[in-house]
Amino acid sequence: MTDWLTPEEWQAVALSLRVSLVATLFSLPLGIFVAYALARWRFPGHGLLNGLVHLPLVLPPVVTGYLLLLTFGRTGWIGGFLDGWFGLVFAFRWTGAALAAAIMAFPLMVRAIRLTIEAVDPKLEAAASTLGASRPWVFATITLPLILPGILAGSVLAFAKAMGEFGATITFVSSIPGQTQTMPSAIYALLQVPGGEAAVGRLVVIAVVIAMGALLLSEWIGRMVARRVGGA
Amino acid sequence: MAELKLTDIRKSFGSLEVLHGIDLEIRGGEFVVFVGPSGCGKSTLLRLIAGLEDISGGTLEFDGQVVNHKSPAERGIAMVFQSYALYPHMTVYDNMAFGMKLGGGGKAEIEKRVRQAAEILQITPYLDRLPKQLSGGQRQRVAIGRAIVRDPRVFLFDEPLSNLDAALRVQTRIEIARLKERMADTTMIYVTHDQVEAMTLADRIVVLRAGYVEQVGTPMELYHTPANLFVAQFIGSPSMNIVAARATRDGEALVVEPEGGRRMYLPGAGKVVGDGPIQFGVRPEDLTISGEGQPVFEGLVTLVERLGESQLVYVERPGSDEPLVAKLPGHLEVERGARIELSANPDVVRLFDADGKAVAL
Ligand SMILES: Nc1ncnc2c1ncn2[C@@H]1O[C@H](COP(=O)(O)OP(=O)(O)O)[C@@H](O)[C@H]1O
Ligand SMILES: [Mg+2]
Repeated sequence: MTDWLTPEEWQAVALSLRVSLVATLFSLPLGIFVAYALARWRFPGHGLLNGLVHLPLVLPPVVTGYLLLLTFGRTGWIGGFLDGWFGLVFAFRWTGAALAAAIMAFPLMVRAIRLTIEAVDPKLEAAASTLGASRPWVFATITLPLILPGILAGSVLAFAKAMGEFGATITFVSSIPGQTQTMPSAIYALLQVPGGEAAVGRLVVIAVVIAMGALLLSEWIGRMVARRVGGA
Repeated sequence: MAELKLTDIRKSFGSLEVLHGIDLEIRGGEFVVFVGPSGCGKSTLLRLIAGLEDISGGTLEFDGQVVNHKSPAERGIAMVFQSYALYPHMTVYDNMAFGMKLGGGGKAEIEKRVRQAAEILQITPYLDRLPKQLSGGQRQRVAIGRAIVRDPRVFLFDEPLSNLDAALRVQTRIEIARLKERMADTTMIYVTHDQVEAMTLADRIVVLRAGYVEQVGTPMELYHTPANLFVAQFIGSPSMNIVAARATRDGEALVVEPEGGRRMYLPGAGKVVGDGPIQFGVRPEDLTISGEGQPVFEGLVTLVERLGESQLVYVERPGSDEPLVAKLPGHLEVERGARIELSANPDVVRLFDADGKAVAL
């Protein structure tokens, strides 16, 4: 099965999968929290938080990557701190690629989750609390099950977005084969050398299949939402 | 069985105060109805009692204990909402068991209580269904059942019948009345804008208007001795007729002359009312066709609504565009366009001063 991809190409595909999975899983708790806060709470800085979350969507990715380099680079104020205290380095590592992918995919994830939270009638939560449920319990037994489809859809979208992330990633962690060269970076690198078309073709097919699969999956989950919450 | 005491309860949303100092005592096991026009603050007051909204001022006590800062879960209440608020992802059974599962009751005990409540409300056949597979009336019964199972100290209802059609509304109202008998020890507070629901269900009614309590009393107290014009017109259907009048003292008696009407002699009322303008009130069911008594009003019949056992007769008087409404026995022959003379027994007439406050006769 590995025959039709070279080891380098496999490395790129595997790295992309790992980066996207880690990016999605680690940003999910924060994504749910931010989505809940934006949907249900009114607080000073609400608009600012909303803007901040959506910023990567409208900023040139290369700018996002550069800002990451400034803050999370080894001399950046967060990067320096994390390196000094925890030995955690992001710049030019695969972890950095995951961080970049997570930030770029975050708006999509939050949006999808927020929409389902807004579709949950606050009276359901109120009813649960008047029936004796504490706040965390209301969230666990009422809110969470009802927004689960949104969480799944948001995660699938975020995963797909992370798989395709290029600009911020290459700016922040470069494109080191076997270390930080994700699938999009590999495609770009192959396009720069003569005779790379065949390899590009193979990777492109994989990219299209993954993206298409993700879209179909999130569509299907969307229909589940309608069936589950609708009409009750 | 919980007693509630509200002292100077206030609620503001931002800079807008919607409840302006509510004082109220509710006895254990009492069925109290908050009634008033839409937007007067009934739901807000109920939500304050439930703990779903923060109290801006004053104190709320359950059994002598201040609960202002207790969460809804700690207050031992259960609330039924107008929109049912059933959990769409749970079966009827799980919806009803929800409150008890939190309490950590045993499985057998939970099952027993759920089945008992389901029996009372006749929803046993639907226990395995999802809420979306039920009709509106069934959903509301599940919502009530869910609250019963919790066996709360205070049962709260926010317009539970407003989403139901007329027939179901009456049926469910009767069921709530039965529930009240069955759970005689449970304090119940019921919010509605419908004075018929208030009259039929309440031990005591609290009439609210624009964030103030207008009057508290039993249904018949409010009907017979409304404290002011607002309560007089809000309680009773059709509303009490109000006519501007002039009062003149004649010794111990009072001579009242309604605009476009004839003089009426109220013995004894001269002791409490002075000369001057006054509002004269008489309920439609207290007007009769003059035969024996002296007529107070005469006018032209503009509309007759026949209800069967009774009829509503709308009478236009010279110099007034507000028609008088008289509720007359259904067997009387009253035709549109006819002239009619109406009289009222002085005992049932109500007088209100210039501020709309009732004058005690
Ligand atoms: N969450 C809220 N924010 C702002 N104003 C509110 C809120 N809830 C209720 N109000 C206002 O408080 C007043 C009373 O509302 P409510 O208690 O719902 O009235 P009712 O139940 O008697 O119809 C209304 O003027 C309403 O607009
Ligand atoms: Mg209301």
